[in-house]
Amino acid sequence: MNAILRKLTATTILAGGIVAAAAGAQAEPTAEVLHYWTSGGEAKAVKALKEDFEAHGGKWVDAPVAGGGGDAQAAVLRSRVLSGNPPTAVQIKGPNIQEWAETGALANLDKVANEEGWDKVLPPLLQKIVKYDGHYVAVPVNIHRVDWIWANPKVLAKVGAGVPTSWDEFNETAEKLKAAGITPLAHGGQPWQDATIFETVVLGIGGADFFNKAFVERDVDTLKSDTMKKVFDEMRKIRGYVDPDFPGRDWNLATGMVMRGEAAMQIMGDWAKGEFLAAGKKPGVDFVCAPTPSDHGYILNSDSFAMFNVQGDDQKAGQDLLAKLILGEKFQETFNLYKGSIPARIGVPRDKFDDCAVKSMDDLKVASDNNTLVGSMAHEISTAGAIRGAILDVVTEHFNSDMSSDEAVVRLAEAVELAL
Amino acid sequence: MSSIAIGQTKQDQKTSMMDKVKDWLRWNTSKLVVAPSFALVLVFVYGFIAWTGYTSFTKSKMLPIYSFEGLYQYIRLWKLPPWHVAIENLVIFGGLFIIVSIVLGCLLAILLDQRIRGEGILRTIYLYPMAISFIVTGTAWKWILNPGLGIENLMHGLGWTSFEFSWLVDPDMAVYTLVIAGVWQASGFVMAMFLAALRGVDQEIIKAAYLDGASISRIYLVIILPTLRPVFLSSFVILSHLAIKSFDLVVALTGGGPGYSSTLPANFMYEMTFRRNQIGLGAASAIMMLATVMAIIVPYLYSELREKKHG
Repeated sequence: MNAILRKLTATTILAGGIVAAAAGAQAEPTAEVLHYWTSGGEAKAVKALKEDFEAHGGKWVDAPVAGGGGDAQAAVLRSRVLSGNPPTAVQIKGPNIQEWAETGALANLDKVANEEGWDKVLPPLLQKIVKYDGHYVAVPVNIHRVDWIWANPKVLAKVGAGVPTSWDEFNETAEKLKAAGITPLAHGGQPWQDATIFETVVLGIGGADFFNKAFVERDVDTLKSDTMKKVFDEMRKIRGYVDPDFPGRDWNLATGMVMRGEAAMQIMGDWAKGEFLAAGKKPGVDFVCAPTPSDHGYILNSDSFAMFNVQGDDQKAGQDLLAKLILGEKFQETFNLYKGSIPARIGVPRDKFDDCAVKSMDDLKVASDNNTLVGSMAHEISTAGAIRGAILDVVTEHFNSDMSSDEAVVRLAEAVELAL
Repeated sequence: MSSIAIGQTKQDQKTSMMDKVKDWLRWNTSKLVVAPSFALVLVFVYGFIAWTGYTSFTKSKMLPIYSFEGLYQYIRLWKLPPWHVAIENLVIFGGLFIIVSIVLGCLLAILLDQRIRGEGILRTIYLYPMAISFIVTGTAWKWILNPGLGIENLMHGLGWTSFEFSWLVDPDMAVYTLVIAGVWQASGFVMAMFLAALRGVDQEIIKAAYLDGASISRIYLVIILPTLRPVFLSSFVILSHLAIKSFDLVVALTGGGPGYSSTLPANFMYEMTFRRNQIGLGAASAIMMLATVMAIIVPYLYSELREKKHG
């Protein structure tokens, strides 16, 4: 604890120095951008934004914090805000935006939003995420779809099956694969991966309303309901479809198992596509993407930049320019092609995107019109850190033990109540 | 003459002033030198312990809040199943890690103490793991213990297909893999401490006992080991604080899994404070860890200091 605090203080002092240096240059739009996109396609994507920003006369102060998942970044951000010296723009998402907005740390972006007509181009669910109290406080960058099955068609063909379209069919296909000596599902036993499967099953068996009641409203009766028991029953079956060495495996290694034909399917968000493409696999031939079984559901994950209350006109101008560029069609296309996601706004030309991305765009529209679009629980869009963590604890314990579904739902309700 | 005398007195006064300053410096230089680090320790260790302690009595979530809420966080903490798992794991891991490391370290030291050839090389080999960070140890053992890559796979490859060693992926056994890796790392260090102490044992007593016809095992058990009591105590204290603050080993070796079956209190604290925006709860767990350390260190210090006074 103390070591961490000491590091935090040191970071604060260091970061303060960087900002002091940045304040020297005046008048030109300046943005200090705190983010954790430091690897591969993500780093390329950020570079694209930086170049665009500089081409429009801005001064970009890069503040990357390595260490995936953003834990390290969260610590830096907290100390920066506490010392009264927040960065201009910070990569945060979901309920974290609301929590920061509640503390009064976020800036109002309504002026840019009106000029650019954000209300018309953003899906309503996404608007809800980046608005606080009716005002825009953050800018969405992309949309990831979570509820995908990535399958190896050659392996599925061995047992004469296609990608399943219902959970019953999923179970049947998996049993056949198992009988043929093939691992049906490639999976990595890390809590967030368990939760990723869990939320697709919740959406598939319970539907979008049930999903929202459980994860957004956190309704105790819903969490304890018979439908939730069915969800845990299905999770127990799925546990039987993964290989024995799954604990601790990273998601991209699981993707590799599908590529090599050691396993038939993986349930994972569309960042898995990047792995297939990087290995030179062709969509539709070497791998296929299909939504996990649900009634036109769509689980959305979205990265965004929140703008903090900063001093000085140069930084405020930088904020407005950055916000405008991020949601601009040009950046939305470049960035999302690099990142494997789809644009956060409507109206971006789709000719450069692959089939999986185009399907994602179409399904997003359908889901948005049918009110079956939901925010991801496992990836912190619909559910804040503490409650998400509590749900993950129960889901992962159930998946890794012989806990009954009856006990699991009671534990789930208890854990969620305790985390409030 | 008189003017010279006055000059001399002035000179004397000057030198006496100088002497005073020199004297003062002689007595206080050490304090002056230590002062900055003392101040730093005061703020960054004890200050932050106090701050953490206070935070644990608040409802702090994402940012610290300073309104007092009593034992709220502690009550929550002890209701959480993951915390109970973490504490149980600490007891299992800490207990086994300390006992096995001491027994193994002591045994190795006694064996090395038999004036064998190549002792220098052997000592270095056993001590070497201590030079490696826990992250590296954890990663290496993760590969060794992984059933698909390591020992189990090797045995299957050699034709022993019924061989099974899958503790790493078994929720009930994963915590014992931490013991294996921890012991591998620390027992060499314990050995070095014991070896140093063994070399300090008076050879005359041993020779005398030998002449009286005592067997080697009896000499070790009755004469030598009791004189090593301070080494047992120091290795116990060093190993127990290593065990309580263990964090990186879990991160690298098991990732806390399967599920959260192998998390330790330090991992719990990190998860709550930095991932789940529960600063208050994280602080409460940190204070519980501090209390555990105090429960071990305070009696130790007390006995050490009291002995010195009497001695």
